[in-house]
Amino acid sequence: MSKGSFEVKVGLAEMLKGGVIMDVTDSKQAKIAEDAGAVAVMALERIPADIRVDGGIARMSDPSMIKEIQDTVSIPVMAKCRIGHFAEAQILEALEIDFIDESEVLTPADEKNHIWKHSFKVPFVCGCRNLGEALRRIGEGAALIRTKGEAGSGNIVEAVRHMREVQSNIKKLSKMDDDELMAASKDMGAPFALVQQVSNLGKLPVPNFAAGGIATPADASLMMQLGAETAFVGSGIFKSEDPASRATAIVEAVTYFEDPDKLLNVSTGLKSAMKGLDISEIPEDQLLQERGW
Amino acid sequence: MVKKIGILALQGNFQKHKLILDQLGVESTYVRYSSSLDDVNGLIIPGGESTTMTKLLDRSGLFESIVSFADKNPILGTCAGLIMMANNAMDDRVNTFKLLDIDIERNASGRQIDSLVESLTVSYDNIQKRIDATFIRAPKIIRHGKNVNVIAYYKGTPCAVKSGKHVGLSFHPELNGVSLFHEIAFNNIINNKEGLHAA
Repeated sequence: MSKGSFEVKVGLAEMLKGGVIMDVTDSKQAKIAEDAGAVAVMALERIPADIRVDGGIARMSDPSMIKEIQDTVSIPVMAKCRIGHFAEAQILEALEIDFIDESEVLTPADEKNHIWKHSFKVPFVCGCRNLGEALRRIGEGAALIRTKGEAGSGNIVEAVRHMREVQSNIKKLSKMDDDELMAASKDMGAPFALVQQVSNLGKLPVPNFAAGGIATPADASLMMQLGAETAFVGSGIFKSEDPASRATAIVEAVTYFEDPDKLLNVSTGLKSAMKGLDISEIPEDQLLQERGW
Repeated sequence: MVKKIGILALQGNFQKHKLILDQLGVESTYVRYSSSLDDVNGLIIPGGESTTMTKLLDRSGLFESIVSFADKNPILGTCAGLIMMANNAMDDRVNTFKLLDIDIERNASGRQIDSLVESLTVSYDNIQKRIDATFIRAPKIIRHGKNVNVIAYYKGTPCAVKSGKHVGLSFHPELNGVSLFHEIAFNNIINNKEGLHAA
């Protein structure tokens, strides 16, 4: 019997494929998400758009709030800890959270090191902007990778940039000769064994999801067509005018991401999306994606 | 016409089932519309979230289509797929096909921290095989009818059942590259019977 092995961690990530994971701040929102067909919820006190406005230090959420959400829904519940804050992660594990997001949305606790995720029994998801960053996180034990995008912006441009970066570097690696892989590993700052593995597989060794800026069914379809296997939607749902209908529409858009007629149908008649931010409006030192390495 | 197996691909780990069928040399196709069922001779309902599948089945009209498809064709369900096949999932968030005379409790084995890989003995049709199985937030069969044939147990509880044409599992053989249950469920579609009865 092996609990908490890497295979078992990736196993749960496999089950989340083709789905939508929604940010929720209370049990009422969690219920709306589950009713709309979310495959999991991310429990957090403030969604990224509000963290951005409020400023201050963003920390792990109050366990009692997470517990209430766990008691409300039957789908997996995820929660965020600060980058490098393994004590927060230990608390989330004690709470039996299903997935921990070591997230740039919260204020980093360690500017140099991420958490050694292999020493936990519960799986971790981590964000990335490129393949090197993805492979460093997998090397530390992440069982699931997502794009960072720019959380709370309602702007898909950064998630697209990050997904394209990852995919084009995977394509490059899969065409390389064996003798080129060590240099690629050095240039990317990625563990050599994982570089070799990606070169052989032609894809990441763990599932690859999209996050950071998804606000519409079309955004979700775009990310899926670019190679994402599931979509995280943060502020996009509960900052919109009619969260329940938007949540339902995004769930359908992920399943039928290749079917324009269906996408037309689910995109029609939705009330306003979240307002969103142009990336140039965000001061450089407030870009969340720059957190972590 | 070449026989083909459909894999319900509304949500879940449908890709890993396709890999198993590829290894067995069986043609397969993803099913997201009722019309896709016209071209297939069997169906896999994969793992994933049964609440999500319930919503998407309802909205796509696939629910009724699968119920009538199951009259004549074999279905293999794993984890959430097993929940969907049960007579009763004891949860009004999930609307099941009622293909297996079992009652099932969702997430009965706990949260992800209790997920595990376990080795099981499968007994079916004079075959005894030891296989690895992955249980992910697994459901538990809490009652089964007389006509349900239990082909594997985990800690005394049925975890693999066969009833008529249909096979349901509370675990994921596809995550361990185990093709035994695909061979059992789709015996009449897969030509090389030797594969199933080989040691």
